Amino acid sequence: MSFSVPEIRKDFPIFSRSVSDGKKLVYLDSGATSQKPASVIEAESDFYRFHNAAAHRGAHQLAQEATDLYENARAEVASFIGAPGGPDEVIFTKNATESLNLLAYAMGNAQPGNRFALSAGDRIVVTEMEHHANLVPWQELTRRTGAQLAWFGLTDEGRLDLSDINSVITTNTKVVALTHQSNVLGTINPLAAIVARAHEVGAVVILDACQSVPHMPVAAADLDVDFLVFSGHKALGPTGVGVLWGRKELLEELPPFLFGGSMIKTVTMTSATWADVPAKFEAGVPNMAQAVGLAAALKYLTNLGMDSVHSHEVALTGYLLNKLNAIETIKIVGPTTAQSRGGSISFIVEDIHPHDLGQFLDSQGVAVRTGHHCAWPLARRLGIPASTRASIYIYNDENDCDVLVDSIVQGQKYFGRF
Amino acid sequence: MELDSLYQEVILDHYKHPAHKGLNPIFSAQVHHVNTSCGDEITLNIELVGQRINSITWDGQGCSISQASVSMMSDLLIGKRLEEADVIVKSFSELMASKGTSAGDPEILEDAVAFAGVSKFPGRVKCALLGWMAFKDAAIQAQTNE
Repeated sequence: MSFSVPEIRKDFPIFSRSVSDGKKLVYLDSGATSQKPASVIEAESDFYRFHNAAAHRGAHQLAQEATDLYENARAEVASFIGAPGGPDEVIFTKNATESLNLLAYAMGNAQPGNRFALSAGDRIVVTEMEHHANLVPWQELTRRTGAQLAWFGLTDEGRLDLSDINSVITTNTKVVALTHQSNVLGTINPLAAIVARAHEVGAVVILDACQSVPHMPVAAADLDVDFLVFSGHKALGPTGVGVLWGRKELLEELPPFLFGGSMIKTVTMTSATWADVPAKFEAGVPNMAQAVGLAAALKYLTNLGMDSVHSHEVALTGYLLNKLNAIETIKIVGPTTAQSRGGSISFIVEDIHPHDLGQFLDSQGVAVRTGHHCAWPLARRLGIPASTRASIYIYNDENDCDVLVDSIVQGQKYFGRF
Repeated sequence: MELDSLYQEVILDHYKHPAHKGLNPIFSAQVHHVNTSCGDEITLNIELVGQRINSITWDGQGCSISQASVSMMSDLLIGKRLEEADVIVKSFSELMASKGTSAGDPEILEDAVAFAGVSKFPGRVKCALLGWMAFKDAAIQAQTNE
């Protein structure tokens, strides 16, 4: 399939509607959640229409069909992210936030002798650009275990300050959790040196790939990380399904987090043993229709080709950055060129609060995000209370960027009138 | 344009020239409130003399709606007795909950009726209420401290 934005837009029912009294929808908020192609909406509804039953339970045809669809979805995810150990390494969760909490809580359940057991003197390393979802669970885990939280700071350009990796990732570090691509700055973090140092000291690397898996080719094995999480709904999929990928041997050693049906091997009145991975981490009837929808989403992306998706976004990011850079009263928050950065573009417009700008843009049909983007410590580090973020995806084109920039200029006139 | 009902001239004027901004070191209670969804923050000092509000001062950062609202509120409430302030706060809260069906009572709210348009934008009601909720909290604390 060749990459054609007009053709792609036809696949997304939402673009047939208008917003703000008849204006064309310019959707630049895919960093928060992506729109869904018809094939995803249909896959999810077809599950309920034709195949609905509880997967892994029941002695009937529908239960088998539901199980097959759910497990095929797992295989689709494994193939999409290049899971070296195959589908068994893929765990379905509610979203990436739950995936990260699962890891943090499961590590908190580890007893002495288990490689994940944490105690005072151990260290967990994050970065100053993390989304709250990859920060607060680790704050809480250190609070529960007495371990210490440390982090990589940032350069003024919004890149990780890796000038002294060895003093941040110390020999007592057990976990390094970081984002692949910042949801605010767009920065794509270089992983090789961090991963090498983490493994040198015996730490595991957890990658928050929410903003990378939907936008560029990501192969878990090549990155050499140990765990990777992403949300389905940012990758054209439905809400209610996220992914935790982990190396098989690590998932086997990691204790479970949620307990109940499906995750057990044997149960007596006083004790239980655990099922093999991935079932060990999937207690209860899972979000089957959503997993099936996610598989349809990943198929859609695979058909487009992730290399093409990425090239499209790099080109469009460069186009929008150039237009924004050309306006003196706009300051981009984060790298100002498309080099090693994705299509999350946050900026400040002189004398207009982001919330007011967002409101004006909405009146023009332009959907953006405003605020601290769930990365409050990052906003503090940059010394800005809030910013406006435009985030692009496969269905955006240069016209969307033109409408955004023209609307910003109009907004400046609107708020400058008094 | 629908947006004009939100951004009234008097609102943008208060945003650009906020009243009572800058914290008075003398206060009966101090509160700090944040709007967690957007990061707007306000610190508000209230000084009571008996049951009368002698001063309200504040500092903070936020959008035009949140900043203008606390500015106008301070103008409105300074010098009032707490029971009078209660009536005004209640009237403003009702206006914000009106979903565009009320124009507000100018006898009670004076210039703050300009915020009537905000009630048509559910996402912005929290902005307009930030300072008012801070005031309510501060008034309760000030009376407890007495």
